[in-house]
Amino acid sequence: MNFQDKSLVYLLCGLFGLLLIASILGYLIALVKGNTPVVANLNARIRAWWMMCILSVMAMWFGPVGSTLLFAVMSFLALRECITLTPTRRGDHEALFWCFFIMLPLQYLLVGERWYGTFAIFIPVYAFLFIPTRMALAGDTVNFLERSAKIQWSMMLAVYCISHAPALLMLNIPGYENQNIKLLLFLMIVVQISDVLQYVFGKLFGKRPIAPRLSPNKTLEGFAGGILSATLVGTLLWWITPFAPWQAALISLVITLLGFAGGLCMSAIKRDRGVKDFGAMIEGHGGMMDRIDSLCFAAPVFFHLIRFYFT
Amino acid sequence: MEPRTKLPLDGRLVAGFLVRLCRLLTGVRARWLAPLPEKQARIYYANHSSHLDGMVIWASLPGHLRPQVRPVAAADYWLSSKLRRYIARRVFNAVLIKRRPAEKQSEQPNNALELMNDPLKKGQSLIIFPEGTRGNGEEISAFKSGIWHLAKMNPDVELVPVYLENLNRVLPKGSRLVVPILCSATFGEPVESIREGEEKAEFLLRARAALETLAP
Repeated sequence: MNFQDKSLVYLLCGLFGLLLIASILGYLIALVKGNTPVVANLNARIRAWWMMCILSVMAMWFGPVGSTLLFAVMSFLALRECITLTPTRRGDHEALFWCFFIMLPLQYLLVGERWYGTFAIFIPVYAFLFIPTRMALAGDTVNFLERSAKIQWSMMLAVYCISHAPALLMLNIPGYENQNIKLLLFLMIVVQISDVLQYVFGKLFGKRPIAPRLSPNKTLEGFAGGILSATLVGTLLWWITPFAPWQAALISLVITLLGFAGGLCMSAIKRDRGVKDFGAMIEGHGGMMDRIDSLCFAAPVFFHLIRFYFT
Repeated sequence: MEPRTKLPLDGRLVAGFLVRLCRLLTGVRARWLAPLPEKQARIYYANHSSHLDGMVIWASLPGHLRPQVRPVAAADYWLSSKLRRYIARRVFNAVLIKRRPAEKQSEQPNNALELMNDPLKKGQSLIIFPEGTRGNGEEISAFKSGIWHLAKMNPDVELVPVYLENLNRVLPKGSRLVVPILCSATFGEPVESIREGEEKAEFLLRARAALETLAP
């Protein structure tokens, strides 16, 4: 992380300033409304945001290696939650070992080595073919197709999709050299703030649920308010990116919509498995996967949009 | 109750490391359905599907209780290499029991029971796996009679069922590969000790049923 870069310093000041405002607001709401479960959860979420932002900035401090490691750990935790939720059998055990300890580190090694060609196909081609092969060798045919698909999809979401976020650091954007970390921050901020704003608008004005069977908390009002305001935030952040303001607006709209799609699909998975959250490691938020579900869908498309139009 | 046993320093350091590693890999969460009294000898009995089971229960207990809790483990496995011997003896202070096929029972009839009974008399607690061997993690097999004898000899000792979930997916029977999967340990209410005129088979079924109800 390069602190000579003024815009980066402004961005971080803005980010932590926002958190400070959120903490003060949360405190005031608790004073006025009393510590109801919703308010307690709100404040737990804000505290967790502090932790997540501080941890992320500390990791990014160590440059591309730190950022890549940060996302590798996030992938590991998310994959662990996905696999825990999937009823695997003894015959999957060896394939799972490969997923966690060989393929996941390899994918992030490819990110670190900036080896785009292999990075882009390693999991969708090689891992997708290897996983069922290893499972077939274990000799258990019960629900074979279903079991291999579940593991493949867990790898896709938790490892492949997420690895596109630190992969932003490998792009060479003319006139934007050594500033890619801001692009990564842009993606994270827009996607996560869209989640937050959808939650806030939903809590304030939410009436008509979009998919009541998937999630009662996702309402039309929350969706519209969240997406539009997050797009506005993204547009106003154009100065940290290589984009013109209108490009920043369009890209923000695309990634917030994708973030919504990600959250919706993960909700479907959770409802199907009969759980509320993927895990319980982040106070107030649930598990790692609950926090990065929207990033899963937004990161790969963001990466490819930039790679196609800006490099 | 006294004197309290203390583990050697190296044992405690290794134990701390193993507990952390275990938590990192399995993210194990302990759920307590009943409050735990501080100074009381208890028998924690659990379903068995993995070599990690004993360590997970041990890691779920509060740190200050751990030195007083002794896992019961199979001598043939835990004495078979230098590292295992070290872990069993110096780190977990395990009670090592010789598992013998049925026909040899007459030779050393009650040695195993004596070994397990000893710590209870000193006010220490035990971790036992009454199935006697690791299962496939899907169902709990019939209990061996050790727990009945222990309960009979120590009517004041509380019997606490502990249901372990997902350990068979972390390190199943027949594999040496550890896969990180989130696990949980549910500590239930102590089961009532042997009732007036209760038969062995009845008691074993009752203890097993108490464990089964903890399964999610």
